[in-house]
Amino acid sequence: MISARGLRKTFGDFEAVRGIDVSVRPGVAFGFLGPNGAGKSSTMRMICCVSPPTGGELRVFGMDPAQDGPKIKARLGVCPQEDTLDVELNVYDNLYVYGRYFGLPRAEVKGRIEELLDFVQLTDKAKAKVDDLSGGMKRRLTIARSLINRPEILVLDEPTTGLDPQARHVIWDRLFRLKQAGVTLLLTTHYMDEAEQLCDELVVMDQGRIVAHGTPLGLIRDHSTREVAELRFGVGEHESLAAKVEDLAERIEVLPDRLLLYSDDGESVIEAVHGRGLTPAATLVRRSSLEDVFLHLTGRTLVD
Amino acid sequence: MATDYAPATPSTPTAPSGLVSGALRMVDYWLTVAARTWKGAVVTTFVTPFLYVLALGVLLGGFIEADPATLDGATTYLAFVAPGMVAAHSMNIAFAEMTYPVMGMLKWQRIYYSMIASPLAPSHIVLAQVAWVVLRTLLACGVFLLVLAAFGVFDTFWGVLAAWVLQGLVVLAFTTPVLLFSLSIRGEESFALIFRLGMIPLTLFSGTFFPIGNLGSVLEKIAMASPLWHGVDLTRMLTLGRLDWGVAALHVVYLVVLAAVCWWLAIRKLAERLVS
Ligand SMILES: Nc1ncnc2c1ncn2[C@@H]1O[C@H](COP(=O)(O)OP(=O)(O)OP(=O)(O)O)[C@@H](O)[C@H]1O
Ligand SMILES: [Mg+2]
Repeated sequence: MISARGLRKTFGDFEAVRGIDVSVRPGVAFGFLGPNGAGKSSTMRMICCVSPPTGGELRVFGMDPAQDGPKIKARLGVCPQEDTLDVELNVYDNLYVYGRYFGLPRAEVKGRIEELLDFVQLTDKAKAKVDDLSGGMKRRLTIARSLINRPEILVLDEPTTGLDPQARHVIWDRLFRLKQAGVTLLLTTHYMDEAEQLCDELVVMDQGRIVAHGTPLGLIRDHSTREVAELRFGVGEHESLAAKVEDLAERIEVLPDRLLLYSDDGESVIEAVHGRGLTPAATLVRRSSLEDVFLHLTGRTLVD
Repeated sequence: MATDYAPATPSTPTAPSGLVSGALRMVDYWLTVAARTWKGAVVTTFVTPFLYVLALGVLLGGFIEADPATLDGATTYLAFVAPGMVAAHSMNIAFAEMTYPVMGMLKWQRIYYSMIASPLAPSHIVLAQVAWVVLRTLLACGVFLLVLAAFGVFDTFWGVLAAWVLQGLVVLAFTTPVLLFSLSIRGEESFALIFRLGMIPLTLFSGTFFPIGNLGSVLEKIAMASPLWHGVDLTRMLTLGRLDWGVAALHVVYLVVLAAVCWWLAIRKLAERLVS
């Protein structure tokens, strides 16, 4: 569906995307996980044919965005990072005028709107002005709008950033259904839980480069241990205490507010820490997540 | 419900086959905008011209006794000022439609970005939006001319009809330059500039309210460079039925060239803003 080789994007002399290789197969939910400024949106915009690549090769549906932009766009759904809804029009009209841009007959657009409003649970808001919708509802409306042309690929740039947990779960549920219906999903996020929940395959992006590629579980297996023991000591003590415990784990990360000890058996790490006469203010054993993968690969946390 | 509408074989979304077919896909957008804004437009379309005619043409004009020779051949001041006000009204619509609304679509609501995510291109967007402004203007100026006709201003039917059609060109000569300006600036602060240094002096000194000959020979030359003067003079020739074909052709060429060059530049500018 999508293939990129050595894809690059520069703005002036700033390199936002520095040569990435990606290949997305049909029906897959493919994620780009990375912190602010990693180049996720820049990559999405190139795929959506609204940003000409500076270098490398890009094919969407086997076509070149530079040549066949409109043809590609006819088959894409786009949910941009920042809302582009017409806040002065109501929910229904936003969908209606957009459907017409794709050359769909009026009656058919109307039919699709009913289905889509139902799908994103906004049927009773059809006549509401966009201004009066909550953030989660606006996002769902944007998703509905991006589906009006029944796209083969749906591109979602940070679909749930800024939403409360409940609103996020509603959106995840809808995206999950789309995935089951066979729509190829391409999404960016800086939430590891979102990536874990939704993506079959993902790349970790940092400073314009892909630093890892795999399934969520595969990435965790390859780049982290099964469990993590988190130790909290007093403020400022973590740096100095790290040396005393680092031999207890396969790997250690020092964060300003805690120590992370990577091991396949977290409980016994904590016992051993206590055995050395150290008494952390709080301890926690958890499974490794993509956050740990990211920390390991880049030395930085995803969300700051 | 949904099954009532949905045809058995769903249509496939397509890329538009040409410039006009793409712009036609935006008709429903502009109709929706029209449906939302018509109430406010009624005031500017119907009431404002009426007030102008009353205040400037009838009440002020009542004091003005001038030799027709000094009023481009108009027998009353009202007959002189009426075509000027019509052309200035066309210009005003272009400024109103192409400043804040354009900034809203570009920066505040980012609607242009949603349009460009569909198979439509900047050229479609510009054609549709410009066509919308031309149609709005023809409607507004049609009403304006009818109000004037009711005051018994005109002696020529064909001249007035031609003057009405001409407003499509007059408004174009402002629509595309103002669109280009709005797409080129970073923030709405710059609109104060184009209103104060553009629209207001143009309205006052382009032969709308008095013949530009009154300005003196140097200022008169400057006024002749103003697109509004070309619009006003041509409109006036038509409504007074005193057409000089050579001068008229010059006016038309000036307005067409200005509109066309800025149209082309505006498409490029819009693409530059949306595609990066
Ligand atoms: N049009 C532009 N002009 C100049 N620089 C840009 C432009 N668009 C993006 N950048 C820069 O490119 C870098 C990558 O931006 P991008 O939006 O792709 O990151 P991102 O991964 O989507 O980040 P975020 O999580 O904040 O959305 C940033 O440093 C950004 O400032
Ligand atoms: Mg982004």
